[in-house]
Amino acid sequence: MTARLSDARFWTKLQPVVTTIGVLVLIGIPLWLVVVTAGKSQGEALNPDLSLPSHWQLFGNLREVWVQGEVPAAFFGSLLIVVPTVAGVLTFGSMAAWVLARRATRLNAALYALGISGIVLPPAVVTVVLLLRQLGLAGSAVGMIGVYMGIYLSTVIFFVTGFVRTIPVSLEEAAQIDGAGPFTVFRRIVLPLLRPALATATILICLYVWNDVFYAFFVVGGRLDTLPLNLFRVASAGLYLNNWHLIFAYVVLMSLPLIAVLAVAQRKIIAGITSGAVK
Amino acid sequence: MSTAERTLVVERPAARPAPRPSARPSSTYGKRTHPMWFLVPAFAILLVFFFLPTLFNFVYAFTDWSGFKGSIKPVGLDNFTQLASDGTLLRAVRVTLVYAVLVAVFQNVFGFALAVLLERDNRLNRLARIFFLIPVLMSALAVGYVFQALLKPHGSLNELIGAVLGRTFDYAWLGDTTWSIVVVALIHAWKWMGLSMLIYLAGLKTVPEDILEAARIDGASRWRTFWVVKSPLLAPAVTFNVATALLGSMNGFDVVQATTGGGPARTTEILNIFIYRTFGQGLFAQATAMSLVLFLLVAFLAFPVIRTLRKREEIL
Repeated sequence: MTARLSDARFWTKLQPVVTTIGVLVLIGIPLWLVVVTAGKSQGEALNPDLSLPSHWQLFGNLREVWVQGEVPAAFFGSLLIVVPTVAGVLTFGSMAAWVLARRATRLNAALYALGISGIVLPPAVVTVVLLLRQLGLAGSAVGMIGVYMGIYLSTVIFFVTGFVRTIPVSLEEAAQIDGAGPFTVFRRIVLPLLRPALATATILICLYVWNDVFYAFFVVGGRLDTLPLNLFRVASAGLYLNNWHLIFAYVVLMSLPLIAVLAVAQRKIIAGITSGAVK
Repeated sequence: MSTAERTLVVERPAARPAPRPSARPSSTYGKRTHPMWFLVPAFAILLVFFFLPTLFNFVYAFTDWSGFKGSIKPVGLDNFTQLASDGTLLRAVRVTLVYAVLVAVFQNVFGFALAVLLERDNRLNRLARIFFLIPVLMSALAVGYVFQALLKPHGSLNELIGAVLGRTFDYAWLGDTTWSIVVVALIHAWKWMGLSMLIYLAGLKTVPEDILEAARIDGASRWRTFWVVKSPLLAPAVTFNVATALLGSMNGFDVVQATTGGGPARTTEILNIFIYRTFGQGLFAQATAMSLVLFLLVAFLAFPVIRTLRKREEIL
């Protein structure tokens, strides 16, 4: 008994030490490397290491990649794609999920299986380019938004259908008795109740789309600027010229908005990711 | 004759609801309150941007579609026999599977260890969790470049190891034809371990306090309580994490592209890297053929996964 107690006490003492060292080594070292390298001159950054720059020129480097990586255009390109994609998948996905969850017919079971198949099945990236060309949407933001929506609707349908089933039907029936049509019931009653599931889906889809470079290569590569596409361009040129200071300056610029969001809304993000994922 | 035809015509609209007569009262109710047109926008988008391209995959993989010719002609299995004959097909599939399994194992082991380490809710642990979420939010491409710099033969990791060993150490972590795939999988797992951690933490929170209390009263050690009481209750979290890590990394691209680009000697060339490279060369049919291989590979592995996910749905 006493042995076990002291065992527990030992772990209570040790745990903060292990945690601190873990954070410093696993997260601290890579982030430190990014920041100090982004602050160096080209000569000093030739072989990136953990030493401090002899004199900081972080802002100079940031200014240089701001121009070279066309950051404003890329930032707005990313926003132009992420915002309609997320709004679209949330609206259309939860509309479909609501009906799929409430009307248990054999047809709907089949439609549900089809609807969530995209969670696991990989999109056909090569032929989608051909299809977009036939539709006249090749290289356009609309085409890119459509492709992302096609990929991530499944995620919304999956999370929201599961969630709708936990909401009692009586809440909807009360409004129906008052004469509310399906659209009013959906918008006024159901949608507000879906917030936890929609929060989860929003966070995950924002992350995927904001950081995606693979699908963007195929659909809008060279036609539209997004932050990851321009990072790839800066880095490809940078690796060739050994411009590690510029690559990491771009990494800093690109990660700052996300880290700012995380710092402000960490509680909501953590709750959002976990509430919908594991029930 | 004509009367019979007419009755048929007249009867047809009335025959529509017949397929599910037993559910008729509730289905007319459902039709009014939950109309099927709510499904239309979502499924129209899925059809055009997801199912149709997938269908195209099954067609254009058997053609000579390329960037160098104006016309597209069917060529049967030529693309596949060509990819199989020089060993590309088998190697790419093997590399993809090895990569996916390694990522799934590493990501879950790291995520689980972090969740256990940071289980208690105090200020230090909450702060540490936020730090482990930073890589999850970062672009995978950026993560790849960071580790490319860190793992250079004369990079910081080797410098640190050299300082510990007291001699120069210049192992090329990303230039080893045998072990680089393990290193890249570790980097991929590093990026996503924070997400697995959160999901395991949420799973640990669902363990009811009274069960733990009962185990404590029965004199179970912490170790035994953990393995016998807690870990079985984490099953849903394990399912979710393993499935997403496995299938997500089969469809991976960014981390590999930014660290090795498929090298050395194509030993880390997963299917999507191959597809990207051949597409860039204008060999669209070969890229499509590999895209079809990826689709079939994931579909084959995904069926058991979907079944498990849907079972979880039913429990809800």
